Amino acid sequence: MSCQCKGEAGQGKKYAFIDRIIERHKDEKGSMIPILHEVQQEMGYLPEDVQAYIAQKLGVPLSEVYGIVTFYALFNTKPKGKHKISICLGTACYVRGAGKILEEFEKQLNIKVGETTPDGLFTLEGCRCLGACGLAPVLTVDEHVHGRLKTSDVAEIIAQYKEEK
Amino acid sequence: MEFYRSHVLICTGTGCTSSNSRALIDTLKKELVENGLEKEIQVIETGCFGFCNLGPIMVVYPEGVFYCRVSEADLREVVQEHFVKGRVVQRLLYHEPNSTVKTTEFDEIEFFKHQKRVALSNCGVIDPEKIEEYIARDGYFALAKVLHEMTPAQVIEEIKKSGLRGRGGGGFPTGMKWEFAAKAPGDQKYVVCNADEGDPGAFMDRSVLEGDPHAVLEAMAIAGYAIGANQGYIYVRAEYPIAVERLTKAIEQARKLGLLGKNIFGMGFDFDIGLRLGAGAFVCGEETALLTSVEGRRGEPRPRPPFPANKGLWEKPTIINNVETFANIPRIIRYGADWFASMGTEKSKGTKVFALAGKIKNTGLIEVPMGTTLRTIVYDIGGGILNDKEFKAVQIGGPSGGCIPAALLDTPIDYDNLIAAGAMMGSGGLIVMDNDTCMVDIARFFLEFTQDESCGKCPPCRIGTKRMLEILTRITEGKGKPEDIDNLEALAKTIKSSALCALGQTSPNPILSTLKYFRDEYEAHIHDKKCPAGVCQALLSYTIIEDKCRGCGLCARNCPVNAISGKVKEPYVIDREKCIKCGACMEKCKFGAIERK
Repeated sequence: MSCQCKGEAGQGKKYAFIDRIIERHKDEKGSMIPILHEVQQEMGYLPEDVQAYIAQKLGVPLSEVYGIVTFYALFNTKPKGKHKISICLGTACYVRGAGKILEEFEKQLNIKVGETTPDGLFTLEGCRCLGACGLAPVLTVDEHVHGRLKTSDVAEIIAQYKEEK
Repeated sequence: MEFYRSHVLICTGTGCTSSNSRALIDTLKKELVENGLEKEIQVIETGCFGFCNLGPIMVVYPEGVFYCRVSEADLREVVQEHFVKGRVVQRLLYHEPNSTVKTTEFDEIEFFKHQKRVALSNCGVIDPEKIEEYIARDGYFALAKVLHEMTPAQVIEEIKKSGLRGRGGGGFPTGMKWEFAAKAPGDQKYVVCNADEGDPGAFMDRSVLEGDPHAVLEAMAIAGYAIGANQGYIYVRAEYPIAVERLTKAIEQARKLGLLGKNIFGMGFDFDIGLRLGAGAFVCGEETALLTSVEGRRGEPRPRPPFPANKGLWEKPTIINNVETFANIPRIIRYGADWFASMGTEKSKGTKVFALAGKIKNTGLIEVPMGTTLRTIVYDIGGGILNDKEFKAVQIGGPSGGCIPAALLDTPIDYDNLIAAGAMMGSGGLIVMDNDTCMVDIARFFLEFTQDESCGKCPPCRIGTKRMLEILTRITEGKGKPEDIDNLEALAKTIKSSALCALGQTSPNPILSTLKYFRDEYEAHIHDKKCPAGVCQALLSYTIIEDKCRGCGLCARNCPVNAISGKVKEPYVIDREKCIKCGACMEKCKFGAIERK
């Protein structure tokens, strides 16, 4: 853990947006999770110094913020790739072959689930049921849902987002 | 008010949006303008119709014509043929999976015919982003009725009389829960809606929130009046962006019309609702963990008693109900407890929404009276098993539930029958499985899930699920030991009776129910080192059937480890030692000459 007081003066400006977010929630009970959601929305992830900054602003120990961030799967402490491929591993998708789709992505991107490609373009993740079971197996790339997948679709999906860059 | 001769309903739920219904709406609007029809034909964006695998879905009224899998390229024809010339576009109509006859009208389709929609009555009918459409369907009438005509005690009595039980899993009588909270002393009380729908394979709450958000808001206000609370919270999964957006809009609209906020209907009753987003922790669907999360902490469960009705959110009396439970409330108040209690079985009243998925022809969301048999759901509504394979089991209730075998297809589904069968209602995810599904592997799949989602607070769940998962993994890898089944059963019993919350207590259910009905599969894995369904890779072997092999060599060329050898035009052979069981050869063989056992 880094020291909570490091570089405080310099960070004031850099984290002005965090001040604004905290200010918006100041009268709310139990506002820690909404604050973390909003900060992550801006930054993409919650690095340690940001957690320390939030802890200090809210007057709670860093361990509490860190405890919350690591408890919930949606909070990341490491930066993610430009495109996030999340493969639904819910039951409906699983019985319809989501595991094979995931393997194909691992093979073609040459990374394991949870990892990011060295060029920083793709992060591969398994995710909980998206509730689009009617289209199983499904995955999302960023906000876009792709359904009724076959392993033969994998190359095309990767190519599509590679082009977008 | 403008008059339209025709209304086109297009689904904008998650399923159809994923099938591109947004672009469809934009293009259709453009086409209508180009043809000068925008003042005659109105396009309405609705919530989920339930028939997700046919999306995008488009229904044209007044005729009620049901078009499915409509693409942007089809729209010109629909506009020209249907809207200009009045002729139904035959090729976009639906036909039953077992027939080629096209069905024109919505309510003639088997999938819809056997359903009874109460909680889903507005889904796919109204535009969820317009409060006026909800009001036009008698929305907020129930709230007006309780505030003007009923005392809080009368409201609770009505809900008790209806026999409504919690739709989130446990099936606790809703009216009783409300009564406890109403009687609990305290000046500050809370109403919480559990919209943290985490069970894999369940999406009814998402559909209600996306298709009829005001029903939930109205019900929460009614609950607030009944127990004496003036603040509500909806805890919704962040993975449901459309639901979050529509709830946010709905709350704003209701506040603007004075249906939420101060002095509702001028009756001196205050009630407001805040939204809280989950952050991807399954355990937060458990009520005490959810409350801890709303309080802004790690979502770990706490021991009960005290129950939330006495000490809930910030230690104040709190009721916590699931989305589907709430969606029933305004209808019960409007049509009466007797009407609701006239549906269902003796101890399970009303209807239940099920998410039908897996190896079944018609996947989607259905609502049927309690007591409907699995056979009706799987064969009449679901259209039977995909590729006409044999039905093996249905998994109900997610990671807390169990597998029900073919022998119980005629059991009427209600809370008590499911418990007796070793499963539970859970949130109502129904995953259909055929003979290609390995039951040991399914049990392992669920244990992997619960083990991953275990919050770690209590040892039975933290350590117990880990040990059970290890045993199951060992069995599926062909390293099962004879004593494994006994060990699994002993562990399961201990965890069931000692875990802190429902997540842990119910985590052995997938194992116990598969052991009960499919013990032979476990035995085949352990003793014969075989996977009867052909799923567990380590237990499979590939062989080339001599008679069928034409000696083309395609398999050998595709084998990544050069395990296949032979001479052209003569049968090839697989070297079992080298084979990594990837299945590439079987996939490529054009003559079906490769067998997996």
